Amino acid sequence: MTETASLTDAHADASAQHHSSHLRINVEQASYAYHARKQKAPLFTLEATTFQAREREFVAILGPNASGKSTLLRLISGAIAPLSGRVELDGFETCHLDVRTRAQRIALVQQESPLIFPILAGDYVLQGRHPHGRSLWFEKDEDFAIAEKALAQVGAEHLRDRWMHEISGGEKQRVVLARALAQQPLVLLLDEPTLHLDIRAQIDLLCRLRHLADEHRYTVIEVTHDLDLAAEFADQIVLLHRGKCLRVGPPAAVYQRDLLQQVFEVSLEVEPDPNGRPRVFVQGRKN
Amino acid sequence: MKPMTVRHVLWSCAILALLLLAMVLLALRLGAVPFSFGDLGQNLWWLITGQTDKVSTDFRLIMVDIRLPRILLGIVVGAALSVAGAGFQALLRNPLADPYVLGVSSGAALGAILALLAAPALPLMTPLAAFLGAAATIAAVYFLGRRQGQLDSGTLLLAGIVTASFLSATIMFLMTTLATRDLRGIAFWLMGDLSASLPRGLLWVLIAGFVIAAGAILTTASDLNVLLSGEREAMHLGVDVTRVKLVVYISASVLTGLAVSVSGAIGYVGLLVPHVMRMFFGSDYRLLIPTSALGGAIAIVVADTLARTVIAPTELPVGAMTAMAGAPVFIYLLRRRLA
Repeated sequence: MTETASLTDAHADASAQHHSSHLRINVEQASYAYHARKQKAPLFTLEATTFQAREREFVAILGPNASGKSTLLRLISGAIAPLSGRVELDGFETCHLDVRTRAQRIALVQQESPLIFPILAGDYVLQGRHPHGRSLWFEKDEDFAIAEKALAQVGAEHLRDRWMHEISGGEKQRVVLARALAQQPLVLLLDEPTLHLDIRAQIDLLCRLRHLADEHRYTVIEVTHDLDLAAEFADQIVLLHRGKCLRVGPPAAVYQRDLLQQVFEVSLEVEPDPNGRPRVFVQGRKN
Repeated sequence: MKPMTVRHVLWSCAILALLLLAMVLLALRLGAVPFSFGDLGQNLWWLITGQTDKVSTDFRLIMVDIRLPRILLGIVVGAALSVAGAGFQALLRNPLADPYVLGVSSGAALGAILALLAAPALPLMTPLAAFLGAAATIAAVYFLGRRQGQLDSGTLLLAGIVTASFLSATIMFLMTTLATRDLRGIAFWLMGDLSASLPRGLLWVLIAGFVIAAGAILTTASDLNVLLSGEREAMHLGVDVTRVKLVVYISASVLTGLAVSVSGAIGYVGLLVPHVMRMFFGSDYRLLIPTSALGGAIAIVVADTLARTVIAPTELPVGAMTAMAGAPVFIYLLRRRLA
């Protein structure tokens, strides 16, 4: 398929699916390789991967460990440049955007790094305004209003004056999400956002992300290990296995017993739930 | 979430500046030859208003030629070391970073000594060589402090302490084998001392260098706030991480080099002062850098006054005072962090 043909297809899909839906992220035959040393065989390769994400769309990148999920997320974030192919946001290659512009359009929620000095949750969220300021800059009233609104959007207004190291894991993850929202991005990228959260906090976070995509036109792309939650919340699944993108599509199309058994190397059953979303029942190790 | 404003920064600095002024007056008064505050005020007034002929000879000899330059030197050195410490803490994401603990001051001292041995006639070579020594040392410690490609806090500190010990031994060796009469003593380089009488021109070079380097770090202050959350996070929040790290790396090395070339390796100021300022003013770098500069000036003026007076007329090196205060604080911070 030629590039123009695939773009036309994507646009046709978009107008068919959603009247106002606009193509945001276009990953076009993007690949990447990690080398321990130059001129040696790569340690890990992500083979050419193609998928599109529109506004209001929730995409889950699924796959076992070392399948290339985080690499794909880093490619989308523009932190690394693809070896071949392109990763575009609204037609611009993400790795060629300058750091500030990129941070105004793409927010990344990463697995948390330790804080070395205490910081209030409110000040943490305010860091999300950094890409919109200049050096030696002081936040304006507008920035405070945006930070407050971001806290409200994740239901964490009450955490504003609490220390980040004193709040629970679920609360912390909400504050981190609020900081990403304060960036006022078009795309929200999340690297295993529900890791270490109890089930209630997981559902709460994913509901909020779903709501943000539906009501506030964000494109949400998350890396996750949880098959059932991905099926429940995502519009589109990108299934990776050992650096290969095996399938892209809605959960019902991707969740096929043989495919999932091959990828995750466990015996499992897939059945549709009353809403038509697939459910996975794991049966133990496949020999 | 308290709004940080320019006004808040200026007020905090004004309070510290007043405190500094008070300490300077106290430091001027105290010493082997005592002056009353009345005399002090009168003579200073004459001096400031240009009625220099009325100033007494005693005052001129002791105040203008000895105490005042020493206090000025202390102010610049203290401010430089504290801003360098705050800079290294953000650069290395390590709250225990300090030019002395990391061996950077010893590297600067070695550079300065080599310059004095090689080209004693070129006065500006000394601070330049001290800067190069500082920059080389922090680069070495940075790479020694990595484990599996990650900067490890404990490894970094150990690498710094061992590097400092190695460099101190090298300094001892050089001083013992090659020392000429013109070189200052081992204690000066290893402990730090403010008793050197500098040519007035060098003091101006020192002040200009401080303003440029500290100003450069200040321009990255809001980037440093974000950088403290991690390099990858900072990049995704719009920080040009490579540029910011380069600016802080060079500027903090310049500040350390400048300070060490005129006062030797005064320890723990860069650790102690930013932490005390964090307790009072919070950890926002836009406020932390100017308050650390003033706080560092206050700390050195106080420490040097104590060093001059506690067992007067004998003087202690100022570095002995700062180490006695700083080492316990280092241990306290280390314990609290590991708890």
